[in-house]
Amino acid sequence: MCRIGAIKSKAPVHPSQALRLMMPQQEGHDNSGFAMVMQDLGGLFAPYPDLPLLSLACTQKGTQLVEDYMEARNFHRVFEWVPKPKRRTGQDIKAMPHYIFRCYDYPEQYAKAAWEEKQELLLDARLELRSLLEQQQAGYVYSFWPNVLTLKEIGKPHDIADYFRLWEDNGELQAKNIVVQCRQNTNYEVVRYAAHPFFLQGYTLCANGENTFFTRNRDFQRSLHRGYIGFESDSQNFLYTLHYVLHVLKWPVQYYKHVITPLPAAEMEGRKDGDALRLIRQSLAHLEINGPNTVIAMLPDGSLLSCCDGKKLRPVVIGGDAATKVITSEVCGLNAVLPRRKTEEDVYPHEREVVIITPDLEVQRWLQ
Amino acid sequence: MAPVMAQDVTVNDLPWLLEYSPERCQMCGKCLAVCTFQAIEAATERRLASPGGGNAPAYRLAPVIRQSGKLAEACVGCGMCAKVCPNRAIRPVRNPDSRSELLVRSGGLPAKRGGRNNLLKGRTLDEIVVGRISQMTDPALDSERHTFDIRAPFGRVLGAGALPLAAEGGLLQVTGKTPPVRWIYPVIFGDMSVGALSPRAWEAICLATAYLNEVHHLPVRMCTGEGGLPPGLLRSEHLQYMILQIASGHFGWNRIIAAMPEMQTDPAGILIKIGQGAKPGDGGLLPAVKVAEHIRAIRGVPKADLLSPPNHQGLYSIEESVQKMHLSMGAAFGFRVPVAIKCAASSTSVSVYNNLLRDPYQICGGFFLDGIQGGTGAANTVSLEHTGHPLVSKVRECYLAAVNQGRQGQVPLWAGGGIGMTGQAAADAFKLICLGANGVFIAKLLIQLCGCVGNENGRCNACHTGRCPVGICTQDPRLIRRLDVDKAAQNIVDYMLAFDSELRKLMAPVGNSSLPVGRSDALVSVDKAVADALAIAYAC
Ligand code: SF4
Ligand code: SF4
Repeated sequence: MCRIGAIKSKAPVHPSQALRLMMPQQEGHDNSGFAMVMQDLGGLFAPYPDLPLLSLACTQKGTQLVEDYMEARNFHRVFEWVPKPKRRTGQDIKAMPHYIFRCYDYPEQYAKAAWEEKQELLLDARLELRSLLEQQQAGYVYSFWPNVLTLKEIGKPHDIADYFRLWEDNGELQAKNIVVQCRQNTNYEVVRYAAHPFFLQGYTLCANGENTFFTRNRDFQRSLHRGYIGFESDSQNFLYTLHYVLHVLKWPVQYYKHVITPLPAAEMEGRKDGDALRLIRQSLAHLEINGPNTVIAMLPDGSLLSCCDGKKLRPVVIGGDAATKVITSEVCGLNAVLPRRKTEEDVYPHEREVVIITPDLEVQRWLQ
Repeated sequence: MAPVMAQDVTVNDLPWLLEYSPERCQMCGKCLAVCTFQAIEAATERRLASPGGGNAPAYRLAPVIRQSGKLAEACVGCGMCAKVCPNRAIRPVRNPDSRSELLVRSGGLPAKRGGRNNLLKGRTLDEIVVGRISQMTDPALDSERHTFDIRAPFGRVLGAGALPLAAEGGLLQVTGKTPPVRWIYPVIFGDMSVGALSPRAWEAICLATAYLNEVHHLPVRMCTGEGGLPPGLLRSEHLQYMILQIASGHFGWNRIIAAMPEMQTDPAGILIKIGQGAKPGDGGLLPAVKVAEHIRAIRGVPKADLLSPPNHQGLYSIEESVQKMHLSMGAAFGFRVPVAIKCAASSTSVSVYNNLLRDPYQICGGFFLDGIQGGTGAANTVSLEHTGHPLVSKVRECYLAAVNQGRQGQVPLWAGGGIGMTGQAAADAFKLICLGANGVFIAKLLIQLCGCVGNENGRCNACHTGRCPVGICTQDPRLIRRLDVDKAAQNIVDYMLAFDSELRKLMAPVGNSSLPVGRSDALVSVDKAVADALAIAYAC
């Protein structure tokens, strides 16, 4: 079972907080990786909230491929953060030769483009970069989006953090929202793309569990959207469905839960939106999930969301104080980062609940 | 010495021989009374009474039960004689040296029979097992404790993007019309006509359907078959459980249309039968012997062989069929009732399915694919044995065709033809669902539950003769009385309750609480060729 977590804070926090959240939860675990998505950045990236930020790990050849591609597409580099790795003997990390965290200016022809258009451009660019790097086996691209930074690596989370100097809060890397996970895929091959959180057009998601409807979800999602690719992990199913429901269909957020774990027919009756629920279940039967799961997602506006499978087979807890809220798998992690919070206000959502932490840190509990 | 002619037909030429023990027989005559085929007769035989002391041996006359050697009276192996014999003195046994296939065409006419294909031996579904069991990575569910949602769609499902939905105050509301879709149990009882079946057999299935719905809340639906339905049922609330079939003969539809103004409720659906898996291209056939008084009343026909043409007159293309049949049937019930189509599985099934998926009217509410192992009441043997298409790969191909277009589930796939041939319908259904079917339809299994003794090894299969020994496939009032309606209905209900439990027992270990449509990852095949053909994993 993976442990997953997310921190949402009024003031930007440093990734060491996310590490502290996860470390106690790693007891007895293989601790095989570290991955995080940071959104609403502070620190070095604070001046560039509107510029797309490329998060990428690659070989020497990969750097050249990326440069050439971005140049050909008229993306102009504005700012770059180059991590200065701290190498120590005995460190358990399968580091890539290069890490790129770069802010770009949009191509001139997009200067006046609507945000909708830019979103498509950024996705296309990431997908093209991915296939380019894949063909040449030259690297991995995780996100290309304004105000979003993704770091993923294979190894011991502690050592990975050490390597990237994430323990040192030097003010460089900060974000108001961090979604984090400390393990590589254990079910299948260890591949960098298989580590959650996953990101697509402003939506970030990690999931703790096993989606037994993986094949059926994947078979359906493949033809729904060009961005639904990879399928290295069944957690991607959750992200793609979230994206489909909110971004493509533009349905209100609670319908995500109705799609992945629909109500039994008898319970739909009598609902004000019962007819709609019936149609949704009918049309999106292949996006239903099954098996034990808890999802933590981050939405484009920075809201955090959590829900779980219809039988609540995996744990999750939500707690916090006025300045910080946390969603995570186990309460020991929460205790590590917020020991003085009012624990009686912790929320252990049940199988029918969707918990949303709004941008102003209000915890909304919505019953399916 | 009596002359022997090579062409003489004798008992030894027939498909079944009777194993008879005269020393056990008490000559009660029960077997004679029960045999509907006149396959046995009472006779006397001359026996040596004693070796005889002098020159002349002593004889006596022994009364015996003797098998008829006439082809028209050939024993069908139904075993009714064995069933009634108090002393177990008689039973039919297969004759491996039967010449009957050569003899039955002696009138210059094609051979006919009922039942299923008898030639195909292998069963693809038995080469597949549920190999993905939740072990450690995720917990299996408890089939007894967890709630399961076992429902399947019947009706045209729209893609999510085409749904007329708009958010009002944070809630989605339906702003336009959508095609009717019924969520029903993933098993349809189908489609044996009143006519093919005796009124009691048909009633037993109706009763079981109603009982399963009203007492056990399993929304099982029953398809009428082509031949209409009794006027009382047409005007009752129970019509809601019935799927009305229309086939090329349109039998019974004048009565259905006449009853429309008086209907208390809409039927569950309409099924347009284009073809039947057991005898594709052969058309329907109700032999005159079975066209009894009540059949004539329901169908509005004279006593004659009732033949449904092999095709719908006036439909010359798929588009035609969609426009004419679907639209007119849909319109007849105000577009409140889903209209589906049933075709015999064929090499062309995927093309048909693609057309239905892409049809701009979005009106086809289901594609019923009927495989070669389906049964029939009467058919030309040549069609029964040699035409048709195995079901499993066709279901899979249709599903994968929908996957390629992202349209899976939009025209629900229902699979039939040989489901439950081994008696294990839940396993068959589960595997077909994992391969992409939304549900299954069963028929032969139902009459077997009622008492039909026919099987795929040439036993009985005399449904076309009107002399069904168990009162199921006959309109002869004396034979019909052999069928206890309540017991027959009870057997079906019991079977379906067991089916439901068994389905859960398969869903639970794969960790699914709703039907695993398209979960091919749950299956493995122990046959490499099957695995490859179905795009599932091979295991050995
Ligand atoms: S097995 Fe059936 S057909 Fe044959 S003799 Fe007995 S009752 Fe008659
Ligand atoms: S028992 Fe009746 S229904 Fe069954 S095969 Fe024989 S004739 Fe047909």
